[in-house]
Amino acid sequence: MGYLDGFKVTLRQIWGERVTNVYPDEKRPKPDRFHGRHVLNRYEDGMEKCIGCELCAGVCPARCIYVRGADNPPDAPVSPGERYGFVYEINYLRCIHCDLCVEACPTEAITESKLFEFSFTDRQDAIYTKAELVVGDDGHPQKLPWEDWREGDADRTSAWVRATAPNGSAVFEGKVGWSGELGYGVRNPEKGQTAETDTTPAAGVKTGTTPAAGVKTGTTPAAGVKTGKARAPGRGKARAAESGKQ
Amino acid sequence: MGDPLYAEGVDLTVFLIVVGKVLVVFAFLMVSVLFMVWFERKVISDMQNRIGPDRAGPWGIGQTLADGIKLFFKEALMPDRADRRVFMLAPFLSIVPAFLIFAIVPFGDEITIAGRRTQMQLADPPVGVLFLLAMSSIAVYGIMLAGWSSGSKYPLLGSVRASAQMVSYEAAMSLAIAAVVLSAGSLSTRDIVNEQAMYRWNLWVLGVVPFVIYIIAATAELNRPPFDLVEAEQELVGGFHTEYSSISFALFFLAEFMNVVTMSAVAVTLFLGGPNGPRIGFLPDLWPVVWFMGKLLLFLFAYVWLRATLPRFRYDQLMDLGWKKLIPLGLYWLLLIASLRIGRDQGWNSYVVLAAGVAVGLVAWAALGAALRRGEAVEAAA
Repeated sequence: MGYLDGFKVTLRQIWGERVTNVYPDEKRPKPDRFHGRHVLNRYEDGMEKCIGCELCAGVCPARCIYVRGADNPPDAPVSPGERYGFVYEINYLRCIHCDLCVEACPTEAITESKLFEFSFTDRQDAIYTKAELVVGDDGHPQKLPWEDWREGDADRTSAWVRATAPNGSAVFEGKVGWSGELGYGVRNPEKGQTAETDTTPAAGVKTGTTPAAGVKTGTTPAAGVKTGKARAPGRGKARAAESGKQ
Repeated sequence: MGDPLYAEGVDLTVFLIVVGKVLVVFAFLMVSVLFMVWFERKVISDMQNRIGPDRAGPWGIGQTLADGIKLFFKEALMPDRADRRVFMLAPFLSIVPAFLIFAIVPFGDEITIAGRRTQMQLADPPVGVLFLLAMSSIAVYGIMLAGWSSGSKYPLLGSVRASAQMVSYEAAMSLAIAAVVLSAGSLSTRDIVNEQAMYRWNLWVLGVVPFVIYIIAATAELNRPPFDLVEAEQELVGGFHTEYSSISFALFFLAEFMNVVTMSAVAVTLFLGGPNGPRIGFLPDLWPVVWFMGKLLLFLFAYVWLRATLPRFRYDQLMDLGWKKLIPLGLYWLLLIASLRIGRDQGWNSYVVLAAGVAVGLVAWAALGAALRRGEAVEAAA
């Protein structure tokens, strides 16, 4: 009886294994590439990585990011280089966690943490400003009262970006945690680069593999200038190439 | 016949007993709906390898109550174009018949309360089965008026489907019930139950066919899967109750599940001998109720099982099944049973009568098939 076979199937499932996760009681481990709430990273010396270039805001398909850059005050610079993110706001009622902002960021200032368990009772609270987004002095994201951080999540704010993003490096595969090494100085040379390069940003033009690397705009990080160890040209070249095409 | 309670006239005690029975039946129905919603969600999630509600109370048993309380505190919306009075009335038209049908269902034998013998049944009118059919017809109005008065397209389409479906399947259901009435020789549900005593259940006395027809037609009448075209989400949003919210929606929801319970109870009464079952020495009044509940639970499980297994019918399949299969089959079976009865009364050879009946059935089946094929050919040519 072909018509009645289905009844046997459904009846059999009663004794089958349950596939449901009992979510709030049992939480599954999050994947390495999980996209959660953003953080704004800082260098080891406390400088903010954000340079106010607004590439993240430009690429955001949900238009949830609002950035205004400003010139660094000469006596008390917020970021290494010329400009910094003066206003940085993300509206989490709109954010779709596509991670395009992370891909776009030339300095890896913005990365996504693994946090997704946060909620608000007010629309205003859904707009995170720099006060909430910037990481603390130890490099760990701020744990805000309405957020449910899990053990170890704070160490995993940028791991997969380093390992797999176009502007990341395979050397960091599997490594987690925040540090300043990506910001400047200690980044491993890419193909076509030498380990020790000149200290000027212009050196990147010489060593860069693509001609477009020369088409640098004001938004390319100038961090190298300050620290004397060039990493900026390599970092910025892919992005600069894109903006060069436009 | 009838309830012995009224044999000595109606006084205050009788009145109070009736009020008490009304309250018991009302409370039973409300609780059974709470249970049915939970039971359905739990069983269907078992059949889909899920867990189902497990937050409110042990095994999530308080889930329906929580949902109900939530619904009551929701804002009641009224569409701008709605026909206000009818829009408000429709949910009640839907739920009242659901309550009333259960009044004629015998759920136990006779008991003695305050020195009076009374049946465990709210009412035993001589026209019980007609009352059942009338009430299930009135239930169509609730759905039809709900869709019509919403002043919105999808609810209207849903209610048009609902009325067409319920009217067509009511014919098949009536034919199945007619076979039961024929065998019992009475329209009273108590008589029908008594007729089935000693396991002479209509389920096998009448052959399984009327039972199957009744189950299919009742499922369609209830607008449950696989006949839930009325609220086919992919096509009609929510169907007739799209525009309803808050208490009005809760009433529709309640009516839907209450109809499942009452239709199952009617099926138990008509085909499974109602509260009949093995008699056990202690607590003789209790066991019939237990048997009734057990059979009811079996039906409720079967409805959930159907829903978990079968995909929804297409509209033309639905109408084909109703008009071209169930109604001819029900009609033929009714005639077959009737001729066997006449044969028995007249002392004819029952084998000859049966053979003649089967032969006539085959001829009718071939003729119907030919007519249908011809109709399709004409339709295709046009």
